[in-house]
Amino acid sequence: MKNYELFDRNTRAFIYGAQEKAAQRMLDFDYLCKRDIPSVAGFITPTGGGYYKLFWGTKEIRIPRYITLAEAIKANPDADVMVNFASERSCAELTMEAVETENIRTIIMIAEGVPQRDVRKIAKIAREKGKWIIGPATVGGIKPGCFKIGNAAGTIQNIRDTKLYRPGSVGFVSVSGGLSNEGYNIVARNTDGIYEGYAVGGDVYPATTLIDHLLRYEQNPKIKMMVALGEVGGKDEYQIIQAIEEKKLTKPLVMWVTGTCAEMLPNGVQFGHAGANADGKDDTAKAKNTALRKAGVIVPNSFEDYDQKIKETFEKLQADGKIEKLAEPTPPNVPMDYSQAVAEGLVRKPTNFISTICDETGEIHNYCGVPIDQVIKEKYGIGGVLGLLWFKKKLPQYARDFIELVIQIVADHGPAVSGAHNTIVTARAGKGLIESIISGIVTIGPRFGGAVNGAAQHFSWGLEHNLEPREFIDQMKKKNVRVQGIGHRIHSIDNPDERCEIMMNFAKDHFPKHPLLDYALSVQAVTTMKKNTLILNVDGTIGVLFVDLLKSLNYEDEEIKEMIDMGFFNAFFIIGRTMGFMGHYFDQKRLKTPLYRHPWDDILYDVPSKPEEVK
Amino acid sequence: MAQKGIREFDAKRMMAKALPEFSNGKIRFEAAQVLIGANTDLQKLEQENPWLKAGKLVAKPDQLFGKRGLNNLLFVNKTWPEVQKWIAERMNKTVTIKQTTGVTTGKLNQFLVEKFIPHEDEYYLAITTHRENDTIHFSTKGGVNIEEVWDSVVTLEIPILKEIEEMDVAGFLPEELGAKKEIVAEFIIALYKMLVKYHFVYLELNPFTFVNGVPVALDAVAKVDDYASYQCAQYWGELKFPSPFGLEKTPEEERVDELDERTGASLKLTILNPAGRIWNLVAGGGASVIYADTVVDLGYTKELANYGEYSGDPSQELTYAYTKTVLDLMTRQKDPEGRPKYLLIGGGIANFTDVAKTFTGIVQAIKEYQQKLKETNVKIYVRRGGPNYVEGLNIMKDLGTKLGIPIEVYGPETHMTKIVSMALGKKVGE
Repeated sequence: MKNYELFDRNTRAFIYGAQEKAAQRMLDFDYLCKRDIPSVAGFITPTGGGYYKLFWGTKEIRIPRYITLAEAIKANPDADVMVNFASERSCAELTMEAVETENIRTIIMIAEGVPQRDVRKIAKIAREKGKWIIGPATVGGIKPGCFKIGNAAGTIQNIRDTKLYRPGSVGFVSVSGGLSNEGYNIVARNTDGIYEGYAVGGDVYPATTLIDHLLRYEQNPKIKMMVALGEVGGKDEYQIIQAIEEKKLTKPLVMWVTGTCAEMLPNGVQFGHAGANADGKDDTAKAKNTALRKAGVIVPNSFEDYDQKIKETFEKLQADGKIEKLAEPTPPNVPMDYSQAVAEGLVRKPTNFISTICDETGEIHNYCGVPIDQVIKEKYGIGGVLGLLWFKKKLPQYARDFIELVIQIVADHGPAVSGAHNTIVTARAGKGLIESIISGIVTIGPRFGGAVNGAAQHFSWGLEHNLEPREFIDQMKKKNVRVQGIGHRIHSIDNPDERCEIMMNFAKDHFPKHPLLDYALSVQAVTTMKKNTLILNVDGTIGVLFVDLLKSLNYEDEEIKEMIDMGFFNAFFIIGRTMGFMGHYFDQKRLKTPLYRHPWDDILYDVPSKPEEVK
Repeated sequence: MAQKGIREFDAKRMMAKALPEFSNGKIRFEAAQVLIGANTDLQKLEQENPWLKAGKLVAKPDQLFGKRGLNNLLFVNKTWPEVQKWIAERMNKTVTIKQTTGVTTGKLNQFLVEKFIPHEDEYYLAITTHRENDTIHFSTKGGVNIEEVWDSVVTLEIPILKEIEEMDVAGFLPEELGAKKEIVAEFIIALYKMLVKYHFVYLELNPFTFVNGVPVALDAVAKVDDYASYQCAQYWGELKFPSPFGLEKTPEEERVDELDERTGASLKLTILNPAGRIWNLVAGGGASVIYADTVVDLGYTKELANYGEYSGDPSQELTYAYTKTVLDLMTRQKDPEGRPKYLLIGGGIANFTDVAKTFTGIVQAIKEYQQKLKETNVKIYVRRGGPNYVEGLNIMKDLGTKLGIPIEVYGPETHMTKIVSMALGKKVGE
C-alpha cells in the first residue's frame, strides 16, 4: 500500500466499543465489494471477551472481542486501523494509546465533544509519527471496493445506488459527516464515482483537515479530480489556496464553503457544528469562496449549482481523454436484515408464543391492558391485580376483597404441616430461598391444601346433579370417595372455626348469590349429625365460595369446571401459603439452625432378616 | 459549540482560585467582586461582602462585550450608594453598543461590581490558542485599543507538545519592565498553566496592573472549551454560559435549548424573523446551514424566518416537540399580503438515522396543526434520504393527501437544496 493510501482490499480494523450494528454495516459493505476477508478483525470491549456473531452474506461468523488493544494486536498483527467509538470522555486517551502502538496506522475518532487541547496534542503526535487520524465528531468515510468506516455511507441500498462498491475517479472530502453521504450521492450522480471520501469532522480543530486529504488525493494517480465541501469558521481552507499557489495541488478541485448565510444573520448564531463560527473576516464563507475562486478552484455560485460544476469538470476531463473506462462489477446481493425487512413490511412469520394477559413492549407495561401506573393509582390491590392477570377481568371490589381475605387466611398454618416442614428441613440443609420454598410448594396437592380444588369439584358435582345432601353423601360413599373439605381435627358444629365464619359471613353480606355455600351447608347439616367435627373446613369453605364468586361474576358452569381442572383454586392457596413458607425459611436462616436429622426413636425399623429370594 | 465566552466575573473568580496554586502562592489577591442581576438581593449581598460599603468601587455590565468605557458603561471610583443608583438606572434597559466588530443592540441585565484599584501602570496580556501552538501576547501599553499599539506587542509561541517550563518566558518580555520582569513571567506561567488545565481557549487581560507588587487583572475576557466540562467541573465551579449580547433568547428558543440538553441528540433553533415566510425544519448540522445559505443566495434573506436543525437520531417525542414549536411560531400570523408560507423539511442522505422514524414525530405535529397550517396558507416541501427513506417519504405524501395540505416530496435523486428554489420559484442568479 502506498503512503497516500489509507486502506486497501485487505485492510483490517479493530472496533473500539460494542458497535455490532456498525460492524455489520462494514461487513455488508465488504461482502458487496467481494472482499476476501472481513474488514473487522475484532472488537475491543473492556467489559468482556468472547465474540460477537455477525453475518457474512447469509452465513454467520464469529468476530472476537478483546479486553485490551494490546491483546487485540497480539492476536491480529496485520490489523492497522482502529475505529474508535469510545465516548467523548475516553476517546482521546484511547486514541493516544493506539497512536503509540507499532501496528495501528489509522484511527477514526467518532465521538463529538472531545476537548480541543486533547485533540490538538494527538493530532500533532500522530503527524510526527506519520499516522492518520480522522475526526473527531465524524461518521468516518469510505474507500469504495476496499474499506468502509463504521456507519459511513449509510444503507447498503444507498451504497449500491451511489456505486460505492467500486472505485471511481473522484476524491471527496467534507467537514460535515452528515453531509458526506450527500456528497457521495452528488458525486455519484455527476461523475464516474468516488475513489475515496471522508468527513474530517465539524470540530474547531479536526485532527486532519481538508488539505491533508486533498494532498493525498493529489499524489494518487487513480484520482483524476477532487471535490470538497468546507464550512464557515476557521482558516483551514486557506491552506488549500497556499498549496495551489505552491503547485502542491494541481488536479481540478470543485469546492464550496457553506455558511454564506452567516453574514446576513445576527452575530453569535451558533450553527450545528462547533467549528462553524466566523471570528474574523477571513473566516466567513464568502471570503473563503472568493479566495478559493481567485486561486483557481472551481467554486459554484451557491450550493445549488455545486452538482453542475462537478458534472462540467468531470465531462471536461472525460473529453480530454483523462478518464479511463471503469470496469463495472456486478455486486452480489446482500441479504436484508430480518428487522429491516419487518420494518419495510416485506416479510412475516408466525409467532411461537402468545400472551393475552399482559404486554411489556409498550411505553409502560400493562396488566391485561391496564398500565401499571394506573393499577397503582386506581388502587387495584393484590386482589385487583390477580383479577387482571388470572381472570383477565376488572373485578368488582367485593371480589378483590374476598381474594385478599382468602390469601390472608391461608398464609400460614404452623411449622408442622408438610409444606412448612419441608421448607424448614431444606433451609436447614443449607439450601437457598428458592430451593427451600419449592420443596414446600411441591407438597401442595390433593392431600395438603389441595382440598380447595377437591371440595369445589365435589360439591359442584352434587349441586349440578340436584342431589339431596343425603343422596350426595351416599353416592360419594358408593364411589368410595371421601368428600373433600369436610372435617376438622378440633373445630365442631358447637365450636366453629372462626376463619370459616368470617368467609361465610363475607359471602353472605357481599356476594350477589352463594348457591354452593348453601348446598355445602346443607351437606354439613347431614355429616355433623354423624359426628359434630365433620364440618365444612377452611379448604371446603374456600372451594365452595370461589365457585360462588365465579357464579356471581357470571361464569358458566363449564368455564368453572375448566378452571377447577387447571388447578385455579389451589392457586390461591399456593400464593397465600408461599408467604408462610418464606417466613419459615427466613426464620430458620436467622436462627442459624443446623442440618436436621430425624431421630431414630421416631422411626420404626422393621427390616426383615433377609430379603425374599426371587427364583 | 465548543468555544464559549464566560463572564468577566467567572474568569476573575477562576484566576483568584488558580493563580496561587500555579505560582506556589506567590501570586495571590483577594477577588473582591460581586455579580448583580435584576433579582439580586442587595441587602444580603451587602452583608456578605462588607467591602462594598468600605471603599470605592467599579461597576460595569458583564455580558460578553467589550469597549465598555467607550460606550459610557464604566462607572469608576464610586461609592456603593452611587453604584446601586447607577445600576438601577441601567438594569433591563436596551442599549446599542459599538464594538470593533460592529454595532449591537441588547438588554443590560448583569453588572459586575468590584473594588476600585488605584493604579498608574496598565499592561496588556493575552493568550490565544491555535492548532499547533498557543501564543502569549504582551505589551506594556495596556488599557487601550491594543490594535492601535500593536507594534508594542511581543509574542511567545508555545508548541502544543511543550510545557511552559521549557520556554524562556522572561526572555521574551521587554527590557523596560525592569525589576518587574520576573514577577510578570511568573504571572504568565501561572496563567498559562491555568489556561491549559482549565481548558481555556482564549484569555485577555487588558489591562492588568500591580497591587503591592503582585499583578492583578483589571479586565478579563475569556473563552473556555465546553467540551472539557466533564473534566473541569471541579475547577470551573458553578459556571453558566451566557448568550452573546444582543441575542437574548425567546421562550421558544429556550424551550428548544431545554429539549437539546435533555438528550444526546441535537436540537437547535434561532428565530431570525418571526414574520418571515420561509421556515426551515432541517436534519443535520451541515445541511441546515446549506438550506439557510440557499435561501440567502436566492435573495430571500428577509423572508428567512429561522435557523435550526435536528440531528443525532432524536426520539419521536423530541422531533414532535421540536416541530410543534416551529409550526406554532409559523402559524401565529398570516402573511399580511396573503402570500403563502413555506416549510422546508430538508436534509441530506442520512448515514444511520431512521428517516421514517424521525418523520413520525413531525407527522404527529403537522396533523395537530392541520387547521392552522391551512389558515396560514402553508406549503410544505420535503427532501430527504437515508435508512427507510422510501417509507418516510411515502408517509409524507399520504399525509398531504389526507390533510389537504400541499406537500411536495423528493428523495436523493433530487439535488438537496432544489426544494428551496422550487418553493421560491427562483434560481440563484435570477
